[in-house]
This record gives sequence, structure tokens and C-alpha cells, in this order.
Amino acid sequence: MAEVVLERLRRSFGATVATDDVSLVIPDGAFVVLLGPTGAGKTTLLRLVSGLEAPEAGDIRFDGRSVLGLMPAERNVTMVFQQYSLYPHMTVRENLAFPLRSPRLRTPEAEIARKVGEVAEVLRIAHKLDNRATALSGGEMQRVSIGRALVRTPAIHLMDEPLSSLDAKLRADLRVELKRIQATLGATLLYVTHDQIEAMTMATHVGVLDQGRLVQFGSPREVYEDPATLHVAIRLGLPRINTLPADLWPGAPAGARVIGLRPEHIATGRGRAASVQRVEHLGDQTRLHLRLDGHEIVTLIDPDTDLEPGDSLAIEPRNPLYFDAAGGRIDRGDRR
Amino acid sequence: MSATSPTEPGARLKLVSGLLVGLYALITLLPLLWIIATGFKSSADAIAYPPKLVFEPTLEGYVNLFTTQTRQTPEMLAADPPTTWYERIVSEKGMVIAGPSRFGERFLNSIIIGFGSTFLSVFLGTLAAYAFSRYRVPLKDDLLFFILSTRMMPPIAVAIPIFLMFRTIGLSDTHAGMILLYTAVNLSLAVWLLKGFIDEIPREYEEAALIDGYSRFHAFVKVVLPQAATGIASTAIFCLIFAWNEYAFAVLLTSGTAQTAPPFIPTIIGVGGRDWPAVAAGATLFLLPVMVFTILLRKHLLRGITFGAVRK
Ligand SMILES: Nc1ncnc2c1ncn2[C@@H]1O[C@H](COP(=O)(O)OP(=O)(O)OP(=O)(O)O)[C@@H](O)[C@H]1O
Ligand SMILES: [Mg+2]
Repeated sequence: MAEVVLERLRRSFGATVATDDVSLVIPDGAFVVLLGPTGAGKTTLLRLVSGLEAPEAGDIRFDGRSVLGLMPAERNVTMVFQQYSLYPHMTVRENLAFPLRSPRLRTPEAEIARKVGEVAEVLRIAHKLDNRATALSGGEMQRVSIGRALVRTPAIHLMDEPLSSLDAKLRADLRVELKRIQATLGATLLYVTHDQIEAMTMATHVGVLDQGRLVQFGSPREVYEDPATLHVAIRLGLPRINTLPADLWPGAPAGARVIGLRPEHIATGRGRAASVQRVEHLGDQTRLHLRLDGHEIVTLIDPDTDLEPGDSLAIEPRNPLYFDAAGGRIDRGDRR
Repeated sequence: MSATSPTEPGARLKLVSGLLVGLYALITLLPLLWIIATGFKSSADAIAYPPKLVFEPTLEGYVNLFTTQTRQTPEMLAADPPTTWYERIVSEKGMVIAGPSRFGERFLNSIIIGFGSTFLSVFLGTLAAYAFSRYRVPLKDDLLFFILSTRMMPPIAVAIPIFLMFRTIGLSDTHAGMILLYTAVNLSLAVWLLKGFIDEIPREYEEAALIDGYSRFHAFVKVVLPQAATGIASTAIFCLIFAWNEYAFAVLLTSGTAQTAPPFIPTIIGVGGRDWPAVAAGATLFLLPVMVFTILLRKHLLRGITFGAVRK
């Protein structure tokens, strides 16, 4: 395990700048989750760290030593690909053993059998070990490709949306498992996801990418409560943060164009009257859809509410976030 | 009633297609069966008209193919009776075996040159195809077109220059010369075919192997080659068929040491009358290696291109 430092990394493909001046410190043993919309450069960043892609500028250091000149094999990293790629001509067992049999590791067979068995148990693919890799479901393939990473003890694990094609239960189980591996083995992880629950539950640090730039980096709570930009505020939070014109309520600071209201940041009973559009019972939460001056607003409410469509409800912001015309935060730092 | 599946053909359709395939196979295999049968006929039966479908099989053709014979007087034959089955066949015609014929050597030449050039074409072709498929090669498209263009005229059009060249550098009538020549002709086909197959193998596999601790060469051997097996097998068969059957260059460039079977077999006709059974026996044996090679590789041909475990 290692501390991984990215310094002013840049990589472009033709006119597209996929990684734009990204600097990042991944402490030893940290679980860093990268968030960002599609095309933000998340995969490119992982490929740069792994050595599959070379940066045009900047440096990558593992424990203080630059790895830029090293081949992927020499960097000692694992990677779970977004397009998980099991070797189709091998069985599941051979796939899992493949990294251990590499010229670098040359693990003894007994040790390989033990590790493969262990990982297969954790990922619940033990009964499929002798299947051909092509004779698996999508979720099983994904678990095998996670397994191919977990059999090793690398400087850093790189994972690109590894849980995306699993069902909710398995995903929850594997979340716990990955977190346990990170916590007990002290593994360092750089992990890409679109799922905010994964980000909030597993991450020690969250990084938000947009158009190749690292927009914010901090603890999950910090990024959630104190987003640097409107873009970051939108990436975290379910239901999504409500974005409304800043002048809907009085009291906006100068220059504010947009007010960002998280669903839990809406006080009811006073302020301006909004009309109830819909009440959604989702089981774990109940969402209230409101309309105010033609703007949709979503908030959370007590499950046994007796509000009905057509009712009127007064609402007022509580701890709102203000953004300028370019999407930057205005009142940042004042809040905490 | 049985349930019908949209992907599985029904029983009647299967029967009809089976019959059609059987009929087609019969038509295409008939000349082959004719040749094989002729190899086991006596000289008289071979040219009988109307053709004999039922005949008494004999190995005379094969014995004639592998031996040279001389006429002997009946007294001498009686004094030294034949001891083996093939000597007996020969003595019935009033002949004795003088020695082995050239066929064995020529056949061995065909094997050395055919398989040697096939191996070299596929080996070099795979390396070149991999490089063209994966690396940024300057002038890649032009180079590929150039490689293809070497096949745009019939190879025999350059026969004279090659003949003169081979004579000057001492490659005439050598195994090495013929292997080089057939490799040069086959290589363009091999590069193009194999590049197509390797292009189909997603790069992710090699990238995964690089991360799993393997060098590029190791990744190529452990991950790319097994997946390219289908392509390599079919390319090898194409190369072998060309090198095995090639006649024109073989006639021109070989006469003794390195002569292959194709130019040799017709010479049998000229030796001691029209010995059709011996020619047919030679043709039958000549067919076998390519057939066996194809059958051995059929597993790879039929497996088809591996459906990748890559999420697209
Ligand atoms: N090999 C490449 N050639 C050209 N452009 C590329 C290449 N790889 C990435 N890009 C471009 O770089 C940008 C970032 O791509 P990247 O794959 O890193 O996005 P991502 O954040 O992983 O997106 P997603 O969430 O959809 O996986 C995109 O605009 C993409 O088109
Ligand atoms: Mg991606």
C-alpha cells in the first residue's frame, strides 16, 4: 500500500482535454471516490495512474517515487475495468490465478489455491470456479474481475464502477466487503462511481471531476455540506438539490444568481405559499413535489402527512447555498 | 406438439438441409472417390469402358508408384521366387523390383517445403499483424496496401526474374529457396487475414494482462495468441494449401534435390506406358497431409471467434 500523489496531470485526446491540471493526494490507506458526469475524465485518470496512458504533463508518485517511466506491471496496481474484461479462454479459477502466476509474483501453487478460494468465497463465486469465463452472467463476470484485483496486495487498487451491474442486495454486501478490505488490510483505493450511496458510505475522500478538472476534493460530508460549485452540489444528494432563482426569497447576497436548496433545507409553515403537486411514498422516504412561481421544488416530508395535490404549503429556505452566474459558490466558508 | 424455438430449426427443415448438404458433398466428393478407386484398380480396369464400378482391388498402382522395375525372363523369375507380397505383384507381370522410386523423396520435399513455409508465413504474419493492429506504425495504411499489392499480379508473372535471381545466389533447387519463395507469396495473405482476426480481439484483454503483472510480450503470448487461434489455424490452412499445390514455380525452380510432389506425379505417366493407377495412387497420397492437417485444426475452425467477456 502506498501514498499516491498526482501533480498537475494533463492528458488530452485531440481537442478533448480529458484530464486538465489535476492535482490530488491519496493518503496511504484512503478510500478515494471519484464522481463526475459521463465524459468527465474519470476513466482517463485511472488509466494514467495505472500506466496504460501516459500524461502530457505532470507527475505521478507512489510513496514519493515517480512512476512515470514504469510499465503498468512495474507499478504494482490492480484495475477493475469499466468494461470488465475476463480472459475468455480461461476458466474463472484461471482468471483469478492469472495475476498471481505473473512473472513478477510467481506465487506457489498452494498459495494461489488458498487465495483464489478465499476471494471466491468473499465474492460468492466459489461454485462457478470451474466455469468458463464466458459462461457467466454480467454480475458474475463483474465479481470475477473484482476478484482478480483482490487476490493481490498492490500499491493501489483502481476500480472503475465495479458494482454497477449487480443487484441491490449484492451491491450492499460488496460495499461492506470492500470497505472492510480497505479498513482491515489498509488498502488504498481510487474508485469511480455514479452511485452516491457508494460514495457516501465507503469514501474517506470524495473527488468531483467535471470536464477533466478536479472541482473539489474533501471528506464526503464536506463535499455534501459545503460544495464548491453548483455542479458539485448537484452530483451529491438524493433527491437532487433544488436550484432556483436567487430572488425567489429575500435575503440573497449580492451577485447571487442561483439558490441551491437541499430537500432537507426547506422549512415548512412559514415563508411563501407553494402548491402541492404530488406526494411520492418511496418506502424509506416520502417526497413532496411542490410548485412555486412555476418552479418545481422537491422536499422530504413525514410519511403520515395528510397533504394532497392542490393543497397549499408555505415554505422558506433554511441554510441555503448561493451560487453566482458561473456556478461558483458565493457564501462558502461563512457557513462552517 | 413440441414447442418451436425461433433460433432452433424444426425437424423437417433439418432433414431437408441435411439432404441438400449430403447431395452437395456427393457431387464434390465424386472426383475424389474416382481417384481413390482408380488407385486400387489394375491397369486394365482403370481404362475399361464403360467404367467398372465393381472391380477386384489391387495394390499394384501403389507398388508401381514406390518402385522402379525391370523385365525379367521367366527362367530367372522361377529360379528366384518372390518372397514378399509386393514382389509377388510385380513378378506376376514378369518384372522384378530394381529399387525404390523417387516418389518418397519428392513427397518428403513437399512436406518440408509446404509445412516449413506455412510455419514461417504464419509466424511472421502473426507478428506483423499484431504490430499493425496495435502500434502506431508510420505510413501504416500505405504499408498495408503495399503488402497487399504484392498479390495483385499472378506470382508467376515474376517467374523469370526469380529464376535468374535464384540461380545467381544459389537458391535454385534448394529447400530453403522454395520455403522463402512460398513464404514471400503467402505472407501478404497471412498479414491481412491475421490483422483482421487480431483487430477483433479487444485491447482490454492485453491491458488487463499488463496490469496483472505481465510484459507486453507475455500478454501477447498468454492472452492474444490463444484468442487468435481460430485465425491462425485458418490462415495456416490457406498457406499450406497454396504451398502444397503450387506447380508452376516448382516446375521452374526445382528439378532434383528439392523437387516437390506436384511436378513429380505427372512424370509417372511417361515411365513405362500410361500407368494411371500409379498416378491415382500418388494423387491419393498427396491429398492426405492437407486433409489430416485440416481435420486436426477443425476444432479451432469450428469454435468460431470467441464471444468476448467484454461488456460493450
Ligand atoms: N482513447 C481516447 N481517444 C479519444 N478520446 C478519448 C479517449 N479516451 C477518452 N477520451 C475522451 O476523453 C474524455 C473523458 O473520457 P473518460 O473515459 O475518461 O470519461 P469518464 O469520466 O470515464 O466517462 P464515463 O462515466 O462515461 O465512463 C471524453 O470526452 C472522451 O471522449
Ligand atoms: Mg469511464
